[in-house]
Amino acid sequence: MRLLRCADSGLLVELADIDAVLALYDALVAATDRPEWIVDLVPAARTLLVVLDPTRADFTELERLLRNTRPTRRQPSDVGTLRIPVRYDGADLSSVAELTGLTTAEIVTAHTGTEWTVAFGGFAPGFGYLVNGDPRLRVPRAKVPRTKVPAGSVGLAGEFSGIYPRESPGGWQLIGRTELELWRTDRQPPALLRPGVRVRFEDVG
Amino acid sequence: MSELCIVATGPLSTVQDLGRHGLAEIGVGASGAADQGSFRLANRLLGNPESAAAIEVTLGGLVVRAPCPLTIAITGAPCPIMVGNRSEALNTVLRLPAEVPLRLGQPDHGLRSYLGVRGGIDLPPVLGSRSTDLLAGIGPAALRAGDTVPVGPAPSRFPVLDTAPVDGPAAGDRTLRVRLGPRHDWFTEEAINCLLTARYEATSESNRVGMRLAGPPLHRAEPAELPSEGAVTGALQVPPAGLPTLFLADHPITGGYPVIAVVRAADLDAAAQIRPGTGLRFRLDTIH
Repeated sequence: MRLLRCADSGLLVELADIDAVLALYDALVAATDRPEWIVDLVPAARTLLVVLDPTRADFTELERLLRNTRPTRRQPSDVGTLRIPVRYDGADLSSVAELTGLTTAEIVTAHTGTEWTVAFGGFAPGFGYLVNGDPRLRVPRAKVPRTKVPAGSVGLAGEFSGIYPRESPGGWQLIGRTELELWRTDRQPPALLRPGVRVRFEDVG
Repeated sequence: MSELCIVATGPLSTVQDLGRHGLAEIGVGASGAADQGSFRLANRLLGNPESAAAIEVTLGGLVVRAPCPLTIAITGAPCPIMVGNRSEALNTVLRLPAEVPLRLGQPDHGLRSYLGVRGGIDLPPVLGSRSTDLLAGIGPAALRAGDTVPVGPAPSRFPVLDTAPVDGPAAGDRTLRVRLGPRHDWFTEEAINCLLTARYEATSESNRVGMRLAGPPLHRAEPAELPSEGAVTGALQVPPAGLPTLFLADHPITGGYPVIAVVRAADLDAAAQIRPGTGLRFRLDTIH
């Protein structure tokens, strides 16, 4: 664990991998004695950013808290499992088939065959980077990003899968589309995908 | 019910409050008034709760009128203030009579002025805040001429101050205090020296998301790609071309480029008042 200061506004905790990040994140979320001056936690691929209230934060106390926190993973029952119905008719299915050497049917089987986990968000409200997929599905981003990707598009990029919560530009390889609304500000919770949530894709083609 | 009619907005006018906090988990950043000190001052002058929403006006140009009299205060960038044909002062409690236009001119220096209204702008909150987050597209849309915004009931407290003597945004080049890191070790020693000695200039490609800087590029010692990581307001993120972007209120919650240094929180309000074309320098913060 390496601790990197972001002036008086934050502390970036560098960890070995996403599992270590989520274990520390889950432990801090569950901690009942978390000081109020920790105003937010931002998990990412290898880091956890602790966002601080600069007028009140105590870095010595924070470092002690981080070193004494025993990483724990929340149980799926605490964060939920989400089934996402997908029509596998994405614009990049054939290019993904070419890149992976799989047939379209094999791509669908691979994508629906494992339980994915939301590792972190950050690209847009309601977006989740999903990990723990079938390693055969690793593909690079599209060479030329699209200026418009429709809401609900299911894509692949690197080790991740993800779903565009609303129409936006994007460079992921699109394999399908879901009708499920992942982001609505008038619903509680507004985002269905949050770090730790398990996801199962279902073929409804 | 009281309301405020927007006659003209200038380059950009948005509703802002203290922002949304603790929502990174669902991909939502803090947003909120870019110059929190000036925003809070407006509410203090008016006897409002600190969370009451105000209008953040970029480079003046806002014209409003109200069907019923309102108590208002303007803070932040010192813009000419006209109530009807009377010139009024910044950082004071003002009376806006019914149907008399309030006009904010372009400030001589500074960038963002705040129009606070006793009772606060009472648009429906989204995820606990009335702030417009321009990057995430959350909260009320930026104001447009012809809009009418509701004003909340006046609080039971009366304003206790008539005027507040404050140091507004200064004219000329600005110096911001920084602390190096979290990723200064991704840069050459020359790049770090350059950041701490050279003059940079805020470019016109600046907004509430970030201030893009022009000046000598900062070269990387580490060519690898950085896995995206969380970033704070005040972060100086350096894309491959080497010209830093200073993250402001609506910044993305994660970024894929290394952050060479972070501006001290106490200097963020001043940073939010730096208008395009202004020179700025970064000085190593000596208080750790």
